[in-house]
Amino acid sequence: MRRTVAAAMVLASIAAAAIASAEPPAGAASCSGCHPASSSVQSPVPRLAGMDQAAIVKAMQDFRSGARPGTVMDRIAKGFTDPEIQAIAAWYAAQK
Amino acid sequence: MKTRRRDFLGLGLAASAAALLPAPLRAQGPGPRVVVVGGGFAGTTCARALRHADPRLAVTLIEPNATFTACPFSNEVIAGLREIAAQQFTYGHVAADRITIARASAMAVDAAARSVALSDGTRLAYDRLVLAPGIDIRWGALAGYDEAAVQQMPHAWRAGDQTLLLRRQLEAMPDGGLVVISAPANPFRCPPGPYERASLIAHYLKTKKPKSKLIVLDAKDAFSKQRLFQAAWAELYPGLLEWVPLSKGGNVTSVEPATRTFVTDFGRHSAAVGNVIPPQKAGRIAEVAGVTDKSGWCPIDPVTFESKLVPGIHVIGDAAIAGAMPKSAFAANAQAKTCAAAVATLLAGGTPASPRLINTCYSLVAPDYGISVAGVYAPTNGQLADVPGAGGVSPQDAPRPTRAAEAVLAAAWFRTITGEVFG
Repeated sequence: MRRTVAAAMVLASIAAAAIASAEPPAGAASCSGCHPASSSVQSPVPRLAGMDQAAIVKAMQDFRSGARPGTVMDRIAKGFTDPEIQAIAAWYAAQK
Repeated sequence: MKTRRRDFLGLGLAASAAALLPAPLRAQGPGPRVVVVGGGFAGTTCARALRHADPRLAVTLIEPNATFTACPFSNEVIAGLREIAAQQFTYGHVAADRITIARASAMAVDAAARSVALSDGTRLAYDRLVLAPGIDIRWGALAGYDEAAVQQMPHAWRAGDQTLLLRRQLEAMPDGGLVVISAPANPFRCPPGPYERASLIAHYLKTKKPKSKLIVLDAKDAFSKQRLFQAAWAELYPGLLEWVPLSKGGNVTSVEPATRTFVTDFGRHSAAVGNVIPPQKAGRIAEVAGVTDKSGWCPIDPVTFESKLVPGIHVIGDAAIAGAMPKSAFAANAQAKTCAAAVATLLAGGTPASPRLINTCYSLVAPDYGISVAGVYAPTNGQLADVPGAGGVSPQDAPRPTRAAEAVLAAAWFRTITGEVFG
């Protein structure tokens, strides 16, 4: 999955030459409202860039099912399907 | 406002920043031009996201103020829990992103010629225009409340001097005084904001002036996070904070600023401190550009945020009619990133994908007592609609440690979002 997404990203960037970084998948752009994009921001909320893809997927699925308690992520995860979660996780895992 | 020189803050830093970037594939000539009006959460986010989406774009941010004063957490400033400096941000890092900052106001838009006229007399051509003008007060909608009245009865609904004025009035009030807040009908900026403000002012009164009383006169019978607020008020501020809904005579029909009097159909309330949260509309340039409808707000396409009224102009943040999304800083930031990606794709000749957006809003009922509302949104039948089954508010029966944790998360959210937008 990750390899496919990475390959798709390379192809997309070649095809769209102008676009520097592949457009994030649906929903991913909103995350950095709470999950710091920069490592210099102090927050109990984890940074997603470079996080393990499988760990993001498991966290989202567990928040969604209620297996993992959350404050807001339990409510937000319910708005995403498995393929959407996979795409977001792959995109963040590929970020630096 | 004084006459302002157009100030290309970006140029000096751009040269040094460019040296650090990987060599571009083609000459750094001017690509498509995107002009963004408004340096708040929406506009500043959008300008930076455009830059990151496509380094070739020529991005200009039009903003008359050198300092931005954030509204989220400004209720803490009013209640003496925080200083205004913690709310203030400058545009140095934005300029370093090779964004041209025009220190002027946008005065007019020529949609046919695709240009914006600025207060300093210059005219900027654009290929795509993004308007993020926030709100304006709807003067005349509440009898007696005009531009002079804001000194007697501050609105404090755009953060800055008004925030400090309301704080000073509370500080000067003797113990035993009556504070009155009036809340408008929907829609308006920050739906839970009036109730967070009431909570934190009640906290101030309880700790500093306990013989005082606070009345909220509301033009509505229901509001955001209502059950959570009301349960917390009963627990924390019994007898101190009274909420009067529309159906119990809460609708304010006029104000008399000289005596700080709120007039309703059922009576008159003369306050020691009066805070009018007035009816609002999209920021002025939206109306001038012709992108507002009869409601005073801006209908948009939910995929691209392009105006449904004028092609080539996108509207984001509080000014937009964003369906189920509230007028919040989180929503503005999320919309701005979505809009920037769509604009970059459109300018590259592509078709933007259908987005999904998130909102999360924290409110403080006390400094260590936070509650939240969250939502997930997707375009449905031409509007941004709630994704079914997602979103909602904090649990009604959560223990105090959960409320304390949400207060900590609220503060972390503010650091994170202001770090992303201005850092």
